[in-house]
Amino acid sequence: MNPTRSETFQLQTSDDVIRMRQMVRVWMVEMKFGLVDQTKMVTAASELARNALAYGGGGSVCMEALADDGRRGLRLVFEDQGPGIADLELALTDGYTTGGGLGLGLSGSKRLVNEFAIWSAVGEGTRVTIVRWTI
Amino acid sequence: MTAIPISKISEILTAYEKDILEDWVKEQLSAITLRRDLLSEADLRRESLEFLKLLTQALERGNPQDLATAEWTPVRDFLSALSRSRALQNFSPSETATFIFSLKQPLFTRLNTATGKDANALLAEVWSATTLLDKLGLFTIESFVRSRNEVIKRQQLELLELSTPVVKLWEGILALPLIGTLDSARTQIVMENLLQGIVDTASEIAIIDITGVPAVDTLVAQHLLKTVTAARLMGAQVIISGIRPQIAQTMVHLGVAMGDVVTKASLADALSYAFKLMAITFTRKTT
Ligand SMILES: Nc1ncnc2c1ncn2[C@@H]1O[C@H](COP(=O)(O)OP(=O)(O)O)[C@@H](O)[C@H]1O
Ligand SMILES: [Mg+2]
Repeated sequence: MNPTRSETFQLQTSDDVIRMRQMVRVWMVEMKFGLVDQTKMVTAASELARNALAYGGGGSVCMEALADDGRRGLRLVFEDQGPGIADLELALTDGYTTGGGLGLGLSGSKRLVNEFAIWSAVGEGTRVTIVRWTI
Repeated sequence: MTAIPISKISEILTAYEKDILEDWVKEQLSAITLRRDLLSEADLRRESLEFLKLLTQALERGNPQDLATAEWTPVRDFLSALSRSRALQNFSPSETATFIFSLKQPLFTRLNTATGKDANALLAEVWSATTLLDKLGLFTIESFVRSRNEVIKRQQLELLELSTPVVKLWEGILALPLIGTLDSARTQIVMENLLQGIVDTASEIAIIDITGVPAVDTLVAQHLLKTVTAARLMGAQVIISGIRPQIAQTMVHLGVAMGDVVTKASLADALSYAFKLMAITFTRKTT
C-alpha cells in the first residue's frame, strides 16, 4: 500500500520523543481520528520511541499516512541499530523488563493498535511497525 | 601546507606584548560588534592582557597543532569562562568570537615587521598564526554555544518548576495539578516538589490531578506509582484525579494498574473524598 504522505524523524533525545508525540497527534487530528484513537496511538508511539532510545541507543521513526478502501490509517515504523532482542516472545510478555520499567511497553502498545509487527536481530537492531485505522 | 613549527609567534608576543595589546584592544573597541553597553574598556583590557599571557605560556610549552593537550588547558579554561560570561550577558556568537579573530591584525603586523624581507618566512608564520587563531576562535564559538544551551536548559527547568505549583487546598490537603506533556525530567521534578510539599505542610492527603495531561504512558504511570508509594511512607495518602475517559481506556489496554490507589473523576470529587476521610463536614447555613 502506497502511503499518501510520509516523513522520517530522528529519535536521539527525550525531547525528540515529545516532539514526535506532538507530530503523531497533529497528523491524527488532520486525518480526523477520534480522541480515543489519538490517545492510544500517541501512547503506543511513546512506548516504542522510548524503547528505541533507552535500549536501541536512539533511532528513527517513519510516519506514513495510508488510505485504503475509504478508511484512513497511520503507520509508524520505529527503527534502531541497537543490540536487538534475543527472545521476542519473552520481551512481549507482560511485566518483562531488563531496564527497571513496568515491562508493558511492547505488549501494551501491541494491544493499543490494529496492526503490530516486530523484527529484531541480535547485533543488528530492532524494527517495530504499528498501524491504527479509522474504522 | 604542512605543519610549521611556530618559531616566532611566542617570541613576538613576549617582545611586543604592550604594542599588541594596545592595537588589539583598539581593534576590539572599533569592531561594530562590540557591546560597549555590556563591557567596559577596563575589563576588556584586563581580559585581553590575561589572554596574551596565557597564550604566550602555552606556545612556549605546548604543541600549537593540538589544543587538546594539557599545556593548553589554561587557555581553554580562560576561553570557556569568557564564552560563558558572554553567553550569560546575551552576546551573539560572532560578538564573542571577535575577541579572538580581532587579534589577527595586530599579530600579523608584528610578524611582518619581525620577518623582514623574507616573504617565505612571513607566509609560514602568518599561516601558523592563522591556523592557531582559527582553532581558538572555533573553540570559543563551541563553548559559547554549549553555554547558551545550558542557559536555555536551565530556563526550561525553571519554567517547569513554575508551571507545576503544589497548592495547599485546605489544612492538611495538598493538590498538584499537572498540565502538559510529562517527560521524565519534568515528572521527576514535580513529584519531588510534591513530596517536599507534603513534608513542609505536614499534609495528610495529596491530590495529583492529571486533567491537563494528554497521555499517560508506562514511564509516567511508573513515576505516579512511585510517588504514591513514597507519599505513603511519609504518612500521606495520594488521590489521583482527572483521569479522562480516553486515558483510562488507554491505561487499561496498556495493562497498567494503579493498584489500590484511590482515583476520582475530578479534582472536586477528590476534594470532597478528602474531606470525608478527614471527617470534615459542611452544613448550609439556614436563616
Ligand atoms: N528497541 C529495543 N532494542 C533492544 N531491546 C529492546 C527494545 N525494545 C524493548 N527491548 C527489550 O524488551 C524489554 C521489554 O520492553 P517493554 O515492554 O517496553 O518494557 P520496559 O521498557 O518497561 O522494559 C525491555 O526491557 C528490553 O529488554
Ligand atoms: Mg519500554
